[in-house]
Amino acid sequence: MYLYDELDRTLVAERVAEFRDQVARRLSGELTEEEFKPLRLMNGVYLQLHAYMLRIAIPYGTLSSAQMRMLAHVARRYDRNFGHFTTRQNIQFNWIKLEELPQAMADLASVGLHGMQTSGNCVRNITTDQWAGVAPDEIEDPRIWAEVLRQHLTMHPEFSFLPRKFKIALTAAAHDRAAVKVHDVGLRLHRNGAGETGFEVMVGGGLGRTPFIAKTIKPFLAKRDLLSYVEAILRVYNSFGRRDNIYKARIKILVHDLGAEAFAKEVEVEWRQIKDGPLALDPAVVDDIAARFRYPAYERLEDSPPALAAARGSDRGFDAWLANSVANHKVDGYAIVTLSLKPEGGPPGDATAEQMEAIADLADRYSFGEIRVGHEQNLVLPHVAQRDLARLWRALDASGLATPNVGLVSDIISCPGLDYCSLANTRSIPVAQEISRRFRDRDLARDLGPLHINISGCINACGHHHVGHIGILGVEKNNEEFFQITIGGRADEDAALGTLIGPAVRYADVADVVEDIVATYLELREDPQESFLHTVDRTGIEPFRERVYATR
Amino acid sequence: MPLVRRGRVVEDRYVRVVDDAPVPDGAAVIVPAARFMADAAELTSREAPIGLIWPNDRNAGELAPWLDRLALIALTFPNFRDGRAYSQARQLRERYGFRRELRATGEILRDQFLFLTRAGFDSLEVKKAADAAAFAEAIGRYSVFYQQSANGWALVQRRRLLRSAAGGECIATELAR
Repeated sequence: MYLYDELDRTLVAERVAEFRDQVARRLSGELTEEEFKPLRLMNGVYLQLHAYMLRIAIPYGTLSSAQMRMLAHVARRYDRNFGHFTTRQNIQFNWIKLEELPQAMADLASVGLHGMQTSGNCVRNITTDQWAGVAPDEIEDPRIWAEVLRQHLTMHPEFSFLPRKFKIALTAAAHDRAAVKVHDVGLRLHRNGAGETGFEVMVGGGLGRTPFIAKTIKPFLAKRDLLSYVEAILRVYNSFGRRDNIYKARIKILVHDLGAEAFAKEVEVEWRQIKDGPLALDPAVVDDIAARFRYPAYERLEDSPPALAAARGSDRGFDAWLANSVANHKVDGYAIVTLSLKPEGGPPGDATAEQMEAIADLADRYSFGEIRVGHEQNLVLPHVAQRDLARLWRALDASGLATPNVGLVSDIISCPGLDYCSLANTRSIPVAQEISRRFRDRDLARDLGPLHINISGCINACGHHHVGHIGILGVEKNNEEFFQITIGGRADEDAALGTLIGPAVRYADVADVVEDIVATYLELREDPQESFLHTVDRTGIEPFRERVYATR
Repeated sequence: MPLVRRGRVVEDRYVRVVDDAPVPDGAAVIVPAARFMADAAELTSREAPIGLIWPNDRNAGELAPWLDRLALIALTFPNFRDGRAYSQARQLRERYGFRRELRATGEILRDQFLFLTRAGFDSLEVKKAADAAAFAEAIGRYSVFYQQSANGWALVQRRRLLRSAAGGECIATELAR
């Protein structure tokens, strides 16, 4: 956990006071809706189809149990008893009244939570690996650098009115769980030939209507230069990014138009002038931030303790969950447990106030009071002693949080779609619900192996459909909902955009099409170990296209 | 349009000269960028202060040769959301060492005052009188800043290190402004 000190707390409290004043001026009519809009956006407040929506940042996906209880309180007191975890380590509340927003924010601020820069044309919540600090394959904890960046880019005097939103993600592990290559800036901590750690800097990734995989503009950046280099990127973008067309305003378009090499050169010229100035990171400042990350006092435990061995085989449900939702921890005797927020037929990423409270209690009992949020819209208990796994499973199962479908076909990433969002062209949650019902057979899902379905209800791609193994994009044609289907996308270290398999299909046909694609995969795979993605890589999309459109 | 200069609402002593209109003798004037660049030698040899309005899509570094003779540079905010001039302001202050009046003009509302001040502006042409009157309140909303900025306010990192050096918790102290 990162512990806020009184300076961090003061800033958040001052922000709440400012927002209270802005809301009062809006309610009195002193501010027009147009003037109020950029102000509310900078605090994570959107005007949606039915009500205001509040988006709360969960920096680098780390939550304390006290913070989770406060989210439950907000869900219950100001919303309709639930919240929605998003693909960028945020949580959204969909039914908040404008008059009550300042008080909801004050409640959240009491535990260090806020909506600052969760929307608007500024640097958004900085995200990272939800397993940061516990993953066996990471070289160091990336959250320290996410926090260094978070602080530096909070209310930045130069970069709060960018051409468009700006998203940064970091990873420090061999396997990228943070989707850094589809971010405006992706940072990968790695070791160079001399054994020093530094950042590979990637820029210009993103989805939306013009998807791009980020390009590397700096293979190795020393840590001391992190802030100056990011400032150089932001300054080039702020100065030259397009502002005439909202759809061409992201940095990916600038990088594409200039070419990655020319863009890198612009950044380099700017960076040379500032790199040895006040932005050069003082190791004492970094150490001070790192010192406020608190790690659990782990016990000395053995892997595979007797309690776990005894529980294995005693219950099929436990075994399935253990195989699916429990991952290796870097400390012996501990495990990383993923809590699926994708129950059969449920809206992906939603949690009720009761579930949030149950998770907070379980985190206190079994995970040193810590919870993580991942971009797949699931939660994580990052420090569970293996001896406690069976007890934890029983409790999770009772709260509907032990669906063993993590990374499988029904672990669907979906945007809110037309049920909530004012931008959406089509529904997406009901599509996800129907697919998850079709694949309720757990043996089948396990047999299919890793299979990520991503659904977006419009071209803005909040459900990251381009990088779904199966991507589903809602479009509107003559007032009817249609869905384009892509396959072969991925968001990890080998990030790639999916390929369209053919004409868009009707709402009622989407789940059938997914079943056809899955059936084709089962026929084509060389053996059960060959994953869906490998099969698509090997065969191309043609056999899938043939099968899907043979009868349509 | 009220002018806030160094925190106070003041009369604007500058006269705006549009396009090719004659420049009045002895008066402090603000001329368009194109006019200035065409006539810089003559305009800077006048006895009275000279300022210019610089567009937000042109490299402010072009002004480097003239900075010691310019009394004022006005940067433009065509709307609240267009933040290009924040970058220009920081470059003028931090890279080129411009110390004289740096004015924000255009769509200036109270909610930008703090950003503008911290980016290096010391004078603001404010759209609404009520906002101008509320300058002190708007600028005083925050006491904590994570970044070094052109106006030199103490930043969080330094306060933290001082606190660590003192070996105790930081007490809420008045900021050195």
